[in-house]
Amino acid sequence: YVSFLWSYTKKCVIIILSLNVMFLYSASQIQTVTLIPGDGIGPEISTAVMEIFDAAKAPIQWEERNVTAIQGPGGKWMIPPDAKESMDRNKIGLKGPLKTPIAAGHPSMNLLLRKTFDLYANVRPCVSIEGYKTPYTDVDLVTIRENTEGEYSGIEHLIVDGVVQSIKLITEQASQRIAEYAFEYARNNQRASVTAVHKANIMRMSDGLFLRKCREAAEKHKDVKFTEMYLDTVCLNMVQDPTQFDVLVMPNLYGDILSDLCAGLIGGLGVTPSGNIGANGVAIFESVHGTAPDIAGKDMANPTALLLSAVMMLRHMGLHGHAKKIETACFDIIRDKKVLTKDLGGNSKCSEFTKAICQRVRDLD
Amino acid sequence: MAAHSAVLSMSKIINPFWGGRLGNTVKCCTLSSMQLITYEMLMLQPPPAKYGGRHTVTLIPGDGIGPELLNHVKEVFRFSCVPVDFEVVHVNSALESEDDINNAITAIRRNGVALKGNIETNHTMAPSVKSRNNLLRTSLDLYANVMHCQSLPGVQTRHKNIDIMIIRENTEGEYSSLEHESVSGVVECLKIITRNNSLRIADYAFRLAREKGRSRVTAVHKANIMKLGDGLFLQCCREVASGYPDITFDSMIVDNTTMQLVSKPQQFDVMVMPNLYGNVVSNVCAGLVGGPGLVPGANYGRDYAVFETATRNTGKSIAGRNIANPTAMLLAGCMMLDHLRLYDYASMIRNAILTTMNETRLHTADIGGQGTTSEVVQSIMRNIQSKGPLTTDL
Repeated sequence: YVSFLWSYTKKCVIIILSLNVMFLYSASQIQTVTLIPGDGIGPEISTAVMEIFDAAKAPIQWEERNVTAIQGPGGKWMIPPDAKESMDRNKIGLKGPLKTPIAAGHPSMNLLLRKTFDLYANVRPCVSIEGYKTPYTDVDLVTIRENTEGEYSGIEHLIVDGVVQSIKLITEQASQRIAEYAFEYARNNQRASVTAVHKANIMRMSDGLFLRKCREAAEKHKDVKFTEMYLDTVCLNMVQDPTQFDVLVMPNLYGDILSDLCAGLIGGLGVTPSGNIGANGVAIFESVHGTAPDIAGKDMANPTALLLSAVMMLRHMGLHGHAKKIETACFDIIRDKKVLTKDLGGNSKCSEFTKAICQRVRDLD
Repeated sequence: MAAHSAVLSMSKIINPFWGGRLGNTVKCCTLSSMQLITYEMLMLQPPPAKYGGRHTVTLIPGDGIGPELLNHVKEVFRFSCVPVDFEVVHVNSALESEDDINNAITAIRRNGVALKGNIETNHTMAPSVKSRNNLLRTSLDLYANVMHCQSLPGVQTRHKNIDIMIIRENTEGEYSSLEHESVSGVVECLKIITRNNSLRIADYAFRLAREKGRSRVTAVHKANIMKLGDGLFLQCCREVASGYPDITFDSMIVDNTTMQLVSKPQQFDVMVMPNLYGNVVSNVCAGLVGGPGLVPGANYGRDYAVFETATRNTGKSIAGRNIANPTAMLLAGCMMLDHLRLYDYASMIRNAILTTMNETRLHTADIGGQGTTSEVVQSIMRNIQSKGPLTTDL
């Protein structure tokens, strides 16, 4: 009987140990991420990010894809099927800047991606970078912008000659989705308050609907403080004292303007990360600056925006340790001011900047 | 023929009172009598509300800090012996009927000029209760909102040497208040852009730029997304620009504009834009030069002019506490005096305000000081007394 008990406990121990091993294995399991290098300086900065991730030993495997639009059956423009399949499988993507050729006949690439994966929330955290001086210090806010409807629905009509009507569409479903996401984000990232930005005094029904949905979501998340503020008051207070804002949620047009305003506060699009959250768990993180064709291929680009977006991606995936390490290394190098790219005020090459960050990441280990 | 001579004699009688406003009606003898009468009516401007050398101006106190600030304006004007009488019209924003605002509009039509505080819009009311301020602007067709943002030497701000004129289309665009719920849960809001209004505002902007000696006009738009709407606006601006070759014209997308404004606002000179972008940009610029308490704004139409603070804040949280900044409302009063051609009074009061602004201990809370409204107003009146020729007792 004792021997039976002993073999039974041995079996239990083995099972428990193997379960632990399996758990540890899944935690350090390599995750695949779709990488879209983009155009212009896209490939250079993507290579830089891959190098830095390699130095940080982040458990990420990259799958490169191209998203040049192709015309599918029926003449409808779409992204290449292998890119779509890769994204649907991996769920997480990192994207560089894409160019939209004028008069190519197809809509903008970003719009196409947005429609394909139903990317409904654009999240842009704006945090002041210590080494990069702007007139505004201590900025720490997040703008969450509804990305599918609103003023950018693209519905316009010429009523009579000389009178044009653009339609702004606000739906209950989209407003609810974005409001819920904003409160979830605030909760997951330990943010104290969410402010809804609107112009309901003029656009009573449309922004009124948006506000109602925000209020309903606030009821379900009582641990996060909820306030409402008019768009003009937010703009006025933002340029005087940006520290009073935390998380801002708003419809499409206001989000476009305010997120760029906040990016300007911390130093511009070259240092601002951005993430797009879609339905079905898809998330694409991107750099929002242009393709900069004039410096493409000259090793002059600044990879900070794409790097910080990649850090945002790591946080989204739960890899907070690696995210902190890479972010600290990047900020340290910028604060040291010894190796900076031209747009940050130095005259080093992109590769030198990348190497400095890689070295700092290894030192931090 | 008898009618023709009757009209001629009538014109001779009424011409001296209207001081040349009729134009050359009497000289158009080739027109028939009926045509002459209609031609006169078309060329008529409403007569100025000026009797016995004193102007009458409509005053709408509004809500929040409006009433107290307008009282201070009345005080300063009375002290400086400005020949302006105020006709006060109250508008109760809590009522659903539009009688109050219609009375105000009639009073402004009668007097031609108004000075107003902001009327609060309770956005939890039904959509049929429209914004009173918006009703006023559209009924009187005050198509141009003009705001001049200048860095004041006495005020500490992050950016220096800002000097931007913002001209914002004031009647259409996103503020058309045309909304409907076609299907339950789906709301459509219409943004209307018309060729006439866009040409009108662009023309106003270029004329003003030329008058003030400005060299550059920037149109702010989002035509890459709203191709038809903002595309029409931009096209109208370009057409008008071709008629002013001495003024440079360029355009900028609104999100890039806000980014440039917070990093390098000195690059902008005159900006013209549709209604909503005007709201955003004017608030950003007001914030850049020191806040909502410093910048006056004016709404001009063809026949009427209404003056108020540029950012149109009600200031409910600071009402009645004697801490509001009276500068914006007083400078709006000065703009009104300029419009009424009382230039001497306007510059006298304006200089007094700017002198007071240089004294930091008299700054109110919104610009980082601890002074009260009444202290600031008293200081302005003392400045007027020391420099001006004629004042009543302090």
